[in-house]
Amino acid sequence: MKIHEYQAKEILRGFGVAVPRGKLVQSAEEAVAAAKEFAPKVSVVKAQIHAGGRGKGGGVKLAKTPEDAGEHFEKIMGMQLVTHQTGPSGQKVRKVYVEEGSDIARELYLGVTLDRASGRNTFMASSEGGMEIEEVAANHPEKILRASIDPVVGLAGYQARDLAFGLGLTGSAVNSFVKFATAMYRAYDAIDASIVEINPLVVTKQGEVLALDAKINLDDNALFRHKELAALRDPDEEDPREATAKEHDLSYVGLEGNIGCMVNGAGLAMATMDMIKLAGGQPANFLDVGGGADEEKVTAAFKLLLADPQVKAVLVNIFGGIMKCDVIAAGIIAAAKQVHLAVPLVVRLEGTNVEQGKALLASSGLAIIPADDLGDAARKAVKAAG
Amino acid sequence: MSILVNKDTRLVCQGITGSAGSFHSKQMLAYGTNLVAGVTPGKGGTKFEDKVPVFDTLAQAVKETRANASVIFVPPAFAADAILEAVASGLPLVVCITEGIPINDMVRVRRAMAGSPTRLIGPNCPGVITPGECKIGIMPGHIHRKGRIGIVSRSGTLTYEAVHQVTQLGLGQSTAVGIGGDPVHGLGFLDCMKLFADDRETDAVILIGEIGGGEEEDAAAWIKSNYKKPVVGFIAGATAPPGKRMGHAGAIISGGKGTAHDKFRALREAGVQIASGPHELGSTLKSVLRA
Repeated sequence: MKIHEYQAKEILRGFGVAVPRGKLVQSAEEAVAAAKEFAPKVSVVKAQIHAGGRGKGGGVKLAKTPEDAGEHFEKIMGMQLVTHQTGPSGQKVRKVYVEEGSDIARELYLGVTLDRASGRNTFMASSEGGMEIEEVAANHPEKILRASIDPVVGLAGYQARDLAFGLGLTGSAVNSFVKFATAMYRAYDAIDASIVEINPLVVTKQGEVLALDAKINLDDNALFRHKELAALRDPDEEDPREATAKEHDLSYVGLEGNIGCMVNGAGLAMATMDMIKLAGGQPANFLDVGGGADEEKVTAAFKLLLADPQVKAVLVNIFGGIMKCDVIAAGIIAAAKQVHLAVPLVVRLEGTNVEQGKALLASSGLAIIPADDLGDAARKAVKAAG
Repeated sequence: MSILVNKDTRLVCQGITGSAGSFHSKQMLAYGTNLVAGVTPGKGGTKFEDKVPVFDTLAQAVKETRANASVIFVPPAFAADAILEAVASGLPLVVCITEGIPINDMVRVRRAMAGSPTRLIGPNCPGVITPGECKIGIMPGHIHRKGRIGIVSRSGTLTYEAVHQVTQLGLGQSTAVGIGGDPVHGLGFLDCMKLFADDRETDAVILIGEIGGGEEEDAAAWIKSNYKKPVVGFIAGATAPPGKRMGHAGAIISGGKGTAHDKFRALREAGVQIASGPHELGSTLKSVLRA
């Protein structure tokens, strides 16, 4: 789960990570008032959306005077902010954060996330602050410092110092960094984050280390033990289809194509999308109904697929294992009748009781296009979508 | 022969009285798996299906029944603890079916397992089966058939696709392993390929990967210089957009790494015969066996 920058900073502050003072504001007046509080320092007015690259898109502006902050607020609030992570249509700005400015001497990068190969959480640090870390990793891998965390020990002092000296820090900035990174790992561990990323991490002219930006993603699997963090979810920032899917315990990802897919199992669902593409079509979504797909789930999945106006055909691909094909077929028929299916429906069933399942579909009176295997199903769906 | 499990496997089920645990324990019994015990804290002394003794702790179960493998159907909040209990009991094999375990729990489990002789399969996996001898997990037993083809996959239903096609060809499986879709897990492709390499009753292997991580590439590098038997490969997720988690917690392309393209290339360079789609796993296998 993603959260906003202002929420991430509030969490980090609670663990003793140094972040600039800031306020979420609702109006130009509040923006001016916040900036006055930070004066004589300058302020920064920042759009809060769940995507990076906000500065380049015009969503982050420096206010030299409190009045500037009010003007920037008016421009940013409600704007359709387009960044490299939002897609071409952008994301509407519904929240604005005003923060005190900092005397920046250096901009660095610091992040912690899981390294799958070692199975350990790993710090990554780079002197190339403000840049995309993927870009640095691709072009200058030698500029990324790493520290692999033993979960029993946590971030050891020597590891934090290695990073600090490796980044070329000196004087009081070294201790400031060690304190920062130690608190940052404590936060990462305690809240079950999947990533905490500070980009840029700044060293001020006074030798302080501060989080100028902050990104936190939380591990969805661990939210059950963090009710207060689960409440930070912002449905405005989510694809409404994905949000609906979550309510029905379906795994859904919206895509750009016109063939809606309903599949059991994540691997088979991905493979189905691949097959549609191979047959010359474009999938409208990834949708895994899970192993125990019953009539209720299948109906919810159908409704979700058909709510997408782009969908011109639906492809159902089910490998009935423990779930029997005749039970699945009955579910499909009931659901298709309930939602008044108006687009072509291609069904490929395989597995337990497949013959009974196919017979049920054939005698249902529904205009179902049966398919023999996955390749056949994909070709028929692409043809049906036109 | 086979890998990991056979007719001598004595299975204990952790979480045997829960809904998934009891349903699949019945299925495993019906298949002929030697399910010797169950564990549910607080239900010790009872019997499952009037025959399988239930214990409060795994240590008791192992001591009383000489179980040598466990399967875990414990809810996600308690599953990591169940794995640790299995490791502490010294079982050589633990299969964790549970989906949705917090990643940091698995980071700690992996740390705790360092140096331990216990092998973990999963979590978030369908399990492992040696047809005709032992089924541990949630796969439909009847689609399998005893044979000489090894199957290893991250995905459940794609494993079933492969199994089904191999069976349709009139061939069968030596052992089929679903290693699971989580980013931190037990046995990987490389471990399974090494086991299949040493198994005299496995003639060829079907390897089915997914986007995310680098394990398919690691296995490919090893296959290239060490593996002599034919291998058929497929990677799911060529059309998945970067940054989006495709159902499995581990199936995500991040930072430009873990793409299907890279994995296909690594496998191809290792001499693996690529199936153009999951529907062609069987026919591709047939072509390499004929060659």
